[in-house]
Amino acid sequence: MIQCFRRRWLPLVLSLAIFAFLQKPVTADSSSTRIRMATTTSTDNSGLLEYLLPHFEEQSGFIVDVIAVGTGKALKLAERGDVDIILVHAPAAEKTFVDAGWGVNRRAVMVNDFLIVGPPADPAGLKNATSLTDALKRLKQNQGTFVSRGDDSGTHKKELELWTLADGQPQAPYHLETGQGMEATLRIAHEKQAYTLTDRGTFLAVGAPMDLVPVFESDARLENPYSIIVVNPARHSHVKYLASMRLLAWMTSREGQALIGAFRKEGEILFFPTAVPMKEK
Amino acid sequence: MSLEVFNIMGISLRVSLCATALATLVSVPSGFILAVSSFRGKRALVTTINTLMALPTVVVGLLVYILLSRSGPLGSFGILYTPTAIIVGQFILALPIITAITYAAVSSVDERVRKTAESLGASPFQASWMVLKEGRVGIIAAIIAGFGRVIAEVGSAIMVGGNIRGYTRTMTTAITLETSKGNFYLGLTLGVILLVAALSINMIVAHFLGRKT
Repeated sequence: MIQCFRRRWLPLVLSLAIFAFLQKPVTADSSSTRIRMATTTSTDNSGLLEYLLPHFEEQSGFIVDVIAVGTGKALKLAERGDVDIILVHAPAAEKTFVDAGWGVNRRAVMVNDFLIVGPPADPAGLKNATSLTDALKRLKQNQGTFVSRGDDSGTHKKELELWTLADGQPQAPYHLETGQGMEATLRIAHEKQAYTLTDRGTFLAVGAPMDLVPVFESDARLENPYSIIVVNPARHSHVKYLASMRLLAWMTSREGQALIGAFRKEGEILFFPTAVPMKEK
Repeated sequence: MSLEVFNIMGISLRVSLCATALATLVSVPSGFILAVSSFRGKRALVTTINTLMALPTVVVGLLVYILLSRSGPLGSFGILYTPTAIIVGQFILALPIITAITYAAVSSVDERVRKTAESLGASPFQASWMVLKEGRVGIIAAIIAGFGRVIAEVGSAIMVGGNIRGYTRTMTTAITLETSKGNFYLGLTLGVILLVAALSINMIVAHFLGRKT
């Protein structure tokens, strides 16, 4: 009996199961317009887009394909015409990108801030720092280990910008480059009990169970603005310009902005909308 | 989540089975011809194919990315960041493995099989068929090894597929994502599910192709 089951039925049942798997998933509707958006890991892994985009998809009937990479790579993908729209956070690089004619209609979408996190014991004494410059200098002088993204992401660009305040970044072995995303970098900082620069969104989303605490925050220079830019259709004629503009319009609309402002993790707002002044009538 | 896992598994299986099937169509005849023919430079070619089995998945991903990018030579097809792009990458990864193992399997078939068949009046095609049947077990192993390589690879799938949720997110890219988010147990669970699916495929293959062994 068991032998018979094994010989005859099991492969049949397995075949049917595999066949069931091979059915097209409902989301892969080929008749809808797909918009390709390159964005940073911070907006995707925090869960923001997963929460936000279904609202837009339902309204417009479009599907938004999210490709989560660092800001540097997102800009590169847009330049090569591999995506239609980007949501990124590196103001200087964005400006160069638009000035070079690769992107059009850059709009501010939201803002959060960067903070320096480190081990609760704070061996380099950043908690006593009087200014951002002082904090970075302490980190360098007291030989605290700093874990860098090292991946040309928006956060990495920010690190480089900040280290100019302290006359350059620390030298090895006090400066480790991971070349990985924010989550992986935070995890490495946690394991090595080192310091790192993180955006607040990612830290709130994944940093809670880690042995890392904010050691320096709240400085105007730590602001982290996100913009949305559509790829210039004059450079890449195949891009879905109209559909992308609709996404841009929605993200910066009263409705999209209200949804962004309502997104919370652990009771905290992760991204503050900046496209429209919310109290305006 | 469970429905999503179902979808991701479906994408993985569709893509990898497709890539393996296409690679089989090319590699099994190539491996067979390579084994039964002799020509100058054959050893060098075999060594090359064996070496290509070590092709890193990220290198294939990068090559396919450059080819399929809108600014690349095949950009006008617009297949980057679609399941088709992953199939292309996995097809390339499976080719050398299936070819090399098929070659080894057919080479080890006793030469007398062909000679006996021919002496009994078989046409060259019929004699080749006899040799293929003799090497069946090795050829099945070749296809299964090719499938194992592509269902388990993550490097090229994430580069040319983009890990797009519900579209090009495969089991392995989902595991990478969950690991980076710190959901270690979910990642591990996905790994076990992937193995169970691979086991099912292998059981089906063993049942339908290998029952006379």
